[in-house]
Amino acid sequence: MTALYTLTDLSKKYTRGKETLTIFEELNMTIDQGDFISIMGPSGSGKTTLLNLLGGIDRPSSGAVDCEGVRVDKLSEGKLAKWRSAHVGFIFQFYNLMPMLSAAQNVELPLLLTSLSSKERKKRVETALDIVGILDRKGHRPAQLSGGQQQRVGIARAVVADPKVLLCDEPTGDLDRATADEVLETLQLLNRELNKTIVMVTHDPAAAGYASRQLHLDKGRFVEREAV
Amino acid sequence: MNDLTIIRKNLFRKKLRAILLTLSIMIAFLIYGALGAFYNVWTAGVDMAAANRLITVNRINFTVDMPIAYFSRIQSVEGIENVSHANWFGGYYQEPRNFIQTFAISPEAYLESYPELVIPPEQRADFIADRTCLLVGVDLAAQYGWEVGDRIPLNSNIWQQDDGTSDWDFNICALFDGDEEEIPANYAMFHYEYYNESLAFNRDRIGWMVVNTTDPDLNDQVARDIDALFANSSAETETTTEAAFSRAFLEQVGNIAMILLSVIGAAFATILMIVGTTMVMAINERTQEIAVMKTLGFPAPRIFRMVLSESILLSFVGGLLGLGLATLIVEGASSALAGFLPGLSMPMDVVLTAFGLMLGLGLLTGLGPALSAQRLSIIEAFNKH
Ligand SMILES: Nc1ncnc2c1ncn2[C@@H]1O[C@H](COP(=O)(O)OP(=O)(O)OP(=O)(O)O)[C@@H](O)[C@H]1O
Ligand SMILES: [Mg+2]
Repeated sequence: MTALYTLTDLSKKYTRGKETLTIFEELNMTIDQGDFISIMGPSGSGKTTLLNLLGGIDRPSSGAVDCEGVRVDKLSEGKLAKWRSAHVGFIFQFYNLMPMLSAAQNVELPLLLTSLSSKERKKRVETALDIVGILDRKGHRPAQLSGGQQQRVGIARAVVADPKVLLCDEPTGDLDRATADEVLETLQLLNRELNKTIVMVTHDPAAAGYASRQLHLDKGRFVEREAV
Repeated sequence: MNDLTIIRKNLFRKKLRAILLTLSIMIAFLIYGALGAFYNVWTAGVDMAAANRLITVNRINFTVDMPIAYFSRIQSVEGIENVSHANWFGGYYQEPRNFIQTFAISPEAYLESYPELVIPPEQRADFIADRTCLLVGVDLAAQYGWEVGDRIPLNSNIWQQDDGTSDWDFNICALFDGDEEEIPANYAMFHYEYYNESLAFNRDRIGWMVVNTTDPDLNDQVARDIDALFANSSAETETTTEAAFSRAFLEQVGNIAMILLSVIGAAFATILMIVGTTMVMAINERTQEIAVMKTLGFPAPRIFRMVLSESILLSFVGGLLGLGLATLIVEGASSALAGFLPGLSMPMDVVLTAFGLMLGLGLLTGLGPALSAQRLSIIEAFNKH
């Protein structure tokens, strides 16, 4: 397997006055192409911080974030934005959809950063909505959709530009069991059929069970568990 | 969908708020457009005043007349190129509401005083030769459908003829126009002689004199000399430049410029504050969404443009509605007020300034929010949640 991400001696610290808060120090790990990784750990252990570093919306205090040979931690703001739009799909706990846009328009958003024609964009949007099983609701605004449906739109938005990796921060944290399972099955499908690399933070052991590799983050260290 | 779709949807996501904002901007531009148009007709004369033109009026005020003898006496003053005189006729056509600004003038000299009035040479000669000729401005002629050759009566609401009637018969033998768009061509003129001879009372009096100096630098000297000439007489004079005279007239109407400026200024200061704070609030409410856009990869400059465009769009929607409404009102009032404020219309410079104000308002109210949106840190925005 080829490594997608290589994290080398990664540290993240916050200094408040004289105090230094170390989230993690000298963290080393690789994420392979096609991995479905779940990350669990106590609140405040740095799970979201790690996703932010992988997604290029935060910078490490030291160490390297390498994604396919690109030093993500070294990119300028403008280049980082461009890199994110092409390589990473984000899925949030509270969906973070634009309330004034329809499902289809929300999914189209990342495609505005590409050079695709509006016809091609429309086709891609419909495909993405179809994959997550919500094409019939494409004209609805988020307020007219249930939580599970909104998260499907969120997933469609994350995959529409065809990124290699999906970063999910508690994607089922706001959903009931049955709906959560549906959403997780969709993620699993994206991982298996479309070979999307997924890094998913979760508090729910059942959700973690969908992953092929389960990591536990505690006190700045990873503990790996055998996948079930 | 494109950026404009998002900008538009962002602007109108809270319908009531968007409508109220649009209305407040609309009202400000309505006030600006309407008052600007009125102000423009009032001051048209001031702008067009020639630098070397002086007006001599009775010192008491400009509605009081003076003896015709002054006209010949004034000729002796040094530095004068040309002198003409005029009387207010106060005419109307058929019924008093068809008010027509009409002057009884010394024909040849008056036209020399106002070289900006253009008349075809033959018509000019006809006018000077024909005592009963009415020289009509092209705009006035258009308003009543008059043509050269028409015979029309004009009534005076001030003067009476010897025979007790107050209607004078005229032969429209010439039309004049200004050599520039702004020069009014909505009044009429005729021979002083025709007027003076038929008067029942108050003969041999003139309303005011128009003096062209040989050099604008001599204006003050000439004005002083003229007034000195008639000092201690029964009708002392006051001579000022035409521009000052026109402005003095405006000041009598109530220092309109100041009033208009403060009304417009207050209206704009108010909307600037209302729209400014509302835009700041609106963008603050969207911190999370802006962070998401940035996460998706929208570059900061593009976010900046989108937020700024939103307030510019708002400003233009409200501004164009207001300016459109002002134009409708001005055009509507134009025919109703044709007698009192002839030439009332939406002037181009008011329209252009309004566009400038729309852009300025949009930029001023949008710049702050756009900058904070551009600078917004994704991590901080998400942490606040
Ligand atoms: N800007 C900041 N300044 C100081 N400390 C911060 C800042 N951002 C995050 N932290 C701290 O970093 C630690 C890790 O935060 P993070 O959000 O990554 O935790 P988490 O594992 O995602 O927790 P949760 O499960 O509650 O989401 C927390 O202790 C948090 O207080
Ligand atoms: Mg977290």
